[in-house]
Amino acid sequence: MATLPAGVSAADFNAAITKFKAAVGEKHVFTSDEDVALYRDAYSPMWGTPQELLASAAVAPDTVEQVQAIVRAANEHKIPLYPISTGKNVGYGGSAPNLHGSVVLDLKRMNRILEVDDRRGFALVEPGVAYFDLYRHIQEKKLKVWIDCPDPGWGSLIGNSLDHGVGYTFGAFRDHFGSHCGMEVVLPNGEIMRTGMGALPGSKTWQDYKYGFGPYVDGLFGQGNFGIVTKMGFWLMPEPEAYQSGYVSVPKRHDIIALVDHVNYLEHIGLIGQPNYSSPLGRTQRNEPDLRALVGKAGGPSDEELDRFGAAKGIPSWEVELQFYGPAKTVAANWEYARERIGASIPGSTFRDGHSYRFPMTDEQKAAVEHKVAVGIPAMSIFSIGARSELNPSPTDGHLWFAPIIPKTGEAILESQRAFAKVYQEFGLNVGGIFQTPATWIYRAFVMIVGMPVSRSNKEINAKSMAAFKRVVEVAAEHGWAEYRSPPAFADLVADSYSYNDHALRRFNEQLKDAVDPNGIIAAGRGGIWPRHLRGGRKA
Amino acid sequence: MKMRVLALFALMGIATTGFAAAPGKAQQIAEGEKLYKYWCSGCHGPGIGQNGAPYLPGETALRAKYKGAVPGLLHERTDLTPEFVKLFVRQGITIMPFFRKTEIDDQQFDAIAAYLTRKSKTK
Repeated sequence: MATLPAGVSAADFNAAITKFKAAVGEKHVFTSDEDVALYRDAYSPMWGTPQELLASAAVAPDTVEQVQAIVRAANEHKIPLYPISTGKNVGYGGSAPNLHGSVVLDLKRMNRILEVDDRRGFALVEPGVAYFDLYRHIQEKKLKVWIDCPDPGWGSLIGNSLDHGVGYTFGAFRDHFGSHCGMEVVLPNGEIMRTGMGALPGSKTWQDYKYGFGPYVDGLFGQGNFGIVTKMGFWLMPEPEAYQSGYVSVPKRHDIIALVDHVNYLEHIGLIGQPNYSSPLGRTQRNEPDLRALVGKAGGPSDEELDRFGAAKGIPSWEVELQFYGPAKTVAANWEYARERIGASIPGSTFRDGHSYRFPMTDEQKAAVEHKVAVGIPAMSIFSIGARSELNPSPTDGHLWFAPIIPKTGEAILESQRAFAKVYQEFGLNVGGIFQTPATWIYRAFVMIVGMPVSRSNKEINAKSMAAFKRVVEVAAEHGWAEYRSPPAFADLVADSYSYNDHALRRFNEQLKDAVDPNGIIAAGRGGIWPRHLRGGRKA
Repeated sequence: MKMRVLALFALMGIATTGFAAAPGKAQQIAEGEKLYKYWCSGCHGPGIGQNGAPYLPGETALRAKYKGAVPGLLHERTDLTPEFVKLFVRQGITIMPFFRKTEIDDQQFDAIAAYLTRKSKTK
């Protein structure tokens, strides 16, 4: 027996299912327990509890006309729909809905690559197109463009960008929503809308100019619930001639402040792609019991104590990998410039060359690349982190991503390390800490991301992670930081922290929601935005 | 002659799939190999892992789990059964999530299972 959406009668639900079957064919409507279970969030912290967010059914259209028919039937019978693209947003909800009992609208079958132009540098795709698919298409056609991939390549370009997903090359391309250009959307009333230049019949520039004329509405469809995106354009990076990486190390804890300023300059002026920060001192903890003792002492170590330890062992506090893309000559010159600039400013800084590649690469050369996404090759190797291994013999069953945005400064790194570490320590979670360095996908901000463990068999682990998550969201907000993305279980909590002027932003969004989707059928709860009849159930 | 050999194998209860697959079966295995490469080899294929780790995550995990008792690469295993493969494809394991039928439908699953069990001694 299906889990019915709250307030929907069995008669209405069954009538809607009949109409969904008429629209897409019986084979593509999933109602059996076995099939619907495949829409569970594999990383749900509420797995197997009455609170778990489950679908009631799933329907998988192949065309935009079928999406329209589904939306019309859902309106008629007040059925909540939850659209997914490839459904692989694990750690942020996977393919499960924010509202229990929603019918998942599975867009995986809509997987057409409609256009790729390597002269103007764009692609136009449907939601079911994965990064792997577009990459293969580009390789087969020998097009001279790169895609910017998130970590797992099985994700959808559209789904990832609509959740404000991020990648690994140049800043302008790493922001996957920011680098989109033009959408086609099925609105909650079943109408098709095209945004930007796409609103011009016969437009020749839908994927070239974002804004068209008048208000720019695309933002409503990212982490929102105002429509179902059925096509989307993305800007692509020209294939560069060369890639070179270089590593910069600095000795002291507070050197991170000057280092970040220099790296920001290099990045914002366009000389480097994504910088990768790490802590050589932090990496030695595993083999240095004295350092572990120092880090574990009551109240934690001071920066001076850590500097003394590092100096005695000759281990730098921080390292950053700089990645240069472009003509071979300018790549080499830019790395030389970076060394001179940082070397003249930070005493004790050291430098070493990293990887060097020329493009296009042979298959053998591609296979040998250690960090494939840095050169636009989609991969799944990120699962090395967290998978079972000799060092991790008892892996978790997934994680919850806590992803707070902090300023792009060394001061913010140092402050947030200690603020968050205190919470993680309090809850006994082995994440974060005083050597944590930020994720740098986002062009103008840092993300101090951690994955809190979840288990399908141990509810205590989940309870601990959920309690820690709630607390750390509060601590972040007290410091003026907040999450850029959230698992569904915490969407209300996170949205609640964006509360300026008595939640003016949320009230505005919900006013729009009432106007655009009066029956509240599209992705109720996504982005913390609820239709009027469900606002009483908000979790925060 | 070939028919006689096949009949003999059949009488002896020996699965012939691993020796000379029937045309339909061979086609299914070939299709399964393609699907396996598309859906599974990103983690379970040969290759280096994150930041130069010696193996991709699937092989790393199975090497750690079985400690050499079976190959770390699934397509080299000779002990798999369709039921065993289905368990992981439809239920996942640790950080590997399960796959929906819009990703791998039942027919495609059967093809993947045929590919992964083509060398199996137990049918």
